[in-house]
Amino acid sequence: MNNKYTPIIGLEVHVELKTNSKMFCSCSADYFGHQPNSHTCPICLGLPGALPVPNRQAIEWCIMIGQALNCKINQFSKFDRKNYFYPDLAKGFQTSQYDLPFGENGFVQLKKGKIRIRRVHMEEDTGKLIHEDIKGESFSLIDFNRSGVPLVEIVTEPDFHDANDVVEYLKKLQTIVRYLEVSNADMEKGNMRLEPNISLQLQGDDGLPKYKVEVKNINSFSFVDKAIKFEIKRQQEILESGKTPVQETRGWNEFKNATVSQRVKEEANDYRYFPEPDIPPIIYSKNQIEQLKEKLPELQETKQMRFVKDYQLTEYDAEILTREKIMADYFEEAAQVAAKHKLTPKQVANHLINGKVDVEQLLPADLIKRIMESTRVKQIDENELNNIITSVLTANEKAVADYKSGKETVIMFLVGQVMRQIKKKVDAQMIKERLKIILYKYGSKN
Amino acid sequence: MNLRNLTITEAKEGLKNKQFSAVELTQAALDQIKLQDNNLNAFITVTENEALDAAGHADKLITQGEDKPLLGIPIALKDLFSTKGIRTTAASRVLDNYVPQYDATVVTRLKEAGGVIVGKTNCDAWAHGSSGENSDFDPTKNPYNLEYVPGGSSSGSPVAVTSGMSLMATGTDTGGSIRLPASFCNVVGLKPTYGRVSRYGIVAMASSLDSIGHFTKTVADSALVLGITAGHDPLDATTPNHSVPNYNEFLGYDLKGIRIGVPKEYYAQGLDKNMHKLADDALKVLISRGANVIDITLPYSQSAIAVYYIIQTAEVSSNLGRYDGIRYGNDRSYFGDEAKRRIMLGTYVLSAGYYDAYYKKAQQVRTLIVDDFRKAFEQVDAIVAPVSPTPPWKIGAKTDDPLAMYLSDIFTVTANIAGLPGLAVPAGFINGLPSGIQILGPHFSEDKLFKIGYAYEQETQFWKEAPKLNE
Repeated sequence: MNNKYTPIIGLEVHVELKTNSKMFCSCSADYFGHQPNSHTCPICLGLPGALPVPNRQAIEWCIMIGQALNCKINQFSKFDRKNYFYPDLAKGFQTSQYDLPFGENGFVQLKKGKIRIRRVHMEEDTGKLIHEDIKGESFSLIDFNRSGVPLVEIVTEPDFHDANDVVEYLKKLQTIVRYLEVSNADMEKGNMRLEPNISLQLQGDDGLPKYKVEVKNINSFSFVDKAIKFEIKRQQEILESGKTPVQETRGWNEFKNATVSQRVKEEANDYRYFPEPDIPPIIYSKNQIEQLKEKLPELQETKQMRFVKDYQLTEYDAEILTREKIMADYFEEAAQVAAKHKLTPKQVANHLINGKVDVEQLLPADLIKRIMESTRVKQIDENELNNIITSVLTANEKAVADYKSGKETVIMFLVGQVMRQIKKKVDAQMIKERLKIILYKYGSKN
Repeated sequence: MNLRNLTITEAKEGLKNKQFSAVELTQAALDQIKLQDNNLNAFITVTENEALDAAGHADKLITQGEDKPLLGIPIALKDLFSTKGIRTTAASRVLDNYVPQYDATVVTRLKEAGGVIVGKTNCDAWAHGSSGENSDFDPTKNPYNLEYVPGGSSSGSPVAVTSGMSLMATGTDTGGSIRLPASFCNVVGLKPTYGRVSRYGIVAMASSLDSIGHFTKTVADSALVLGITAGHDPLDATTPNHSVPNYNEFLGYDLKGIRIGVPKEYYAQGLDKNMHKLADDALKVLISRGANVIDITLPYSQSAIAVYYIIQTAEVSSNLGRYDGIRYGNDRSYFGDEAKRRIMLGTYVLSAGYYDAYYKKAQQVRTLIVDDFRKAFEQVDAIVAPVSPTPPWKIGAKTDDPLAMYLSDIFTVTANIAGLPGLAVPAGFINGLPSGIQILGPHFSEDKLFKIGYAYEQETQFWKEAPKLNE
């Protein structure tokens, strides 16, 4: 797009927590793929007289998410009722938080700068409508298994200006909740639902645009990316034609590859929020909040920096190894074993990054054995190797020429030729690296 | 046998001494219902078979020497209390066919205590009302004069107790719905401290005001029942872990050293002359027992009805949202006028742009009312006042004037706003119709209320005056 408009983008993300039980009852919160309405009770069915009792684990996890996002944690917090009618909403209101969320005013550091977090609050999920044709008639069926599953809503300020930053933020957020081990953050299962709001501001204008378009319930990062790009283009065209885009809620249609209008804001609900009388205010002392903070695990960024420092890894390697906590933990365990066998952390890292190690199957100690085996056979005299490589290159001039002309995959053929000449098992990766260096010089000689 | 002549305590003695069996006792209750309820309309559902089964089981346990606080005692439940497998209507046609899958916590506790449920009692639909006339299942009549209201919203329960259809009945008190009908039917009615008794499983009216209590003939019976129903419930987050004493231990004759507050705002304009006299007489009795009576002031009382009708309707509008026609069979057209009125009022006071002026302001005044009482209880142990500004009125007298109906709660709503316990005790008759006084105390002071109520009751014995029912 040209520079006439600046996209103003904010984001609401719903993260489903992986607590054992639901937010306000003792039903299992694991609803995915279960027989409809098999995980229900009077409370999550909203039967007359049923009352909510909040799940302490969920609240503490919500607070920890807030802390991981650098939020101020409110010592005095409460639940509120958000009243609206929808068939999947058992009680006629959603128990949520309005003016005193657990976390407020945080931030997430992206490459380009900070994204401010407005609030992190706790609420419950709704049931699910299933539209089905039964004997030729169409029915809407309700499955309440999801009703009452704990949800944390994370709202940013409208600090994003392009889709890439949004995706960077989302990946970061996903990594954070996974590190905290509070959500599987599995997009396909709907553990993370994304709602960007997008508007365009004329360059030089102060203040936020007078309209806002929300795109609801997107369940993949790439759809968010596409939806934002689509919206920017769509809104720009409207603005160029001298009109203002309509304030509305849209949805992402992956078949049309477009956002489509769902609800125009004039029809917006007045949710009549008021304090949930069935749940007393939630009070946490400074001390309790501090204790929760101490429970926070080392998060990805810190771990990455520590890996660079403690293990002399490149930032790139450290980043890959720390994307998932299970991998990072595995690496550290393996690196400890490696040290006893005079192997470097870098060797372990290389194996983990390139070697397709199944960290859930292979014990770290076994990985080290494997590395040692491959390094043992690697013992080959450097001069001998250089000679073999040179002779292979001389004998395969066509391949060398192909490589030089950019057909880099041919290097694997050369690796094979070298290995055949060595006649013992050596680390292919090592030969490849050596070949690259010699090929580089080989070229400059000609 | 007539249950009218028995208290729970006496019935337990009779069962223990084999004067009668639990089945005989329950049969007597059921017979009385059959005989009288066509006129009184205290019950929406009578659970004859279940009751006789439960009574038979109780007899077995009694033979085995089992001792439970309500073993074999016929009880009735306001039709707001969820009963597993037994229709629970809230006296609204919206729930005409609703059969709960679960028991309210109080129901579980009463059953575990050995209580025999004879049926579900009538009330104002959704507990909206002060007279019992707003039931979708027709009004309940006052047994002392069938042309008069029994008081509401818990209308059927006190009628069941006072006319010998059960020995105890449950109620809910959101703005006076236990104390007022208790007063109009010559029985003891307890509205416990908010949170003292679990609300789990009881159809909600206004969640921050609803208090779960009961009707008995005597204060001792009331204390006995609270010992069963009170206490923390893991299913109700508003029930604190406050210990439950043996309330009956506090009963006695002597009120020496007890300071009774008389709020001038309750003895002012609008209080019926006869009611005034009845309350004055009650104070004399308390003084004769050794109590000191002290004039106090509760300046924000005048705002209580306004505050109540904002907070209560706001919560009602939200609590009734689930009856949206998708489940429970009957749709929203089955709501009566009063429910619709409260839904509209409540929706209005919570709406964007009006919230601050109404709901928020009401909550602020609520704090002031709480503070009024806090200050008062620095000076006195309890407050005594008439339950209602007038004696029972004729059926139909206020049905066309919602505001007049609302004002009948003027002395009772304050306790709900502040979450305080209140005990209504029979205090005499005006033109043959009963009226009561209420004793209010600080949070969790039920023991003190029972003590005062018991001493008063021992001296007066008004409860013994039975209604004259046609045989």
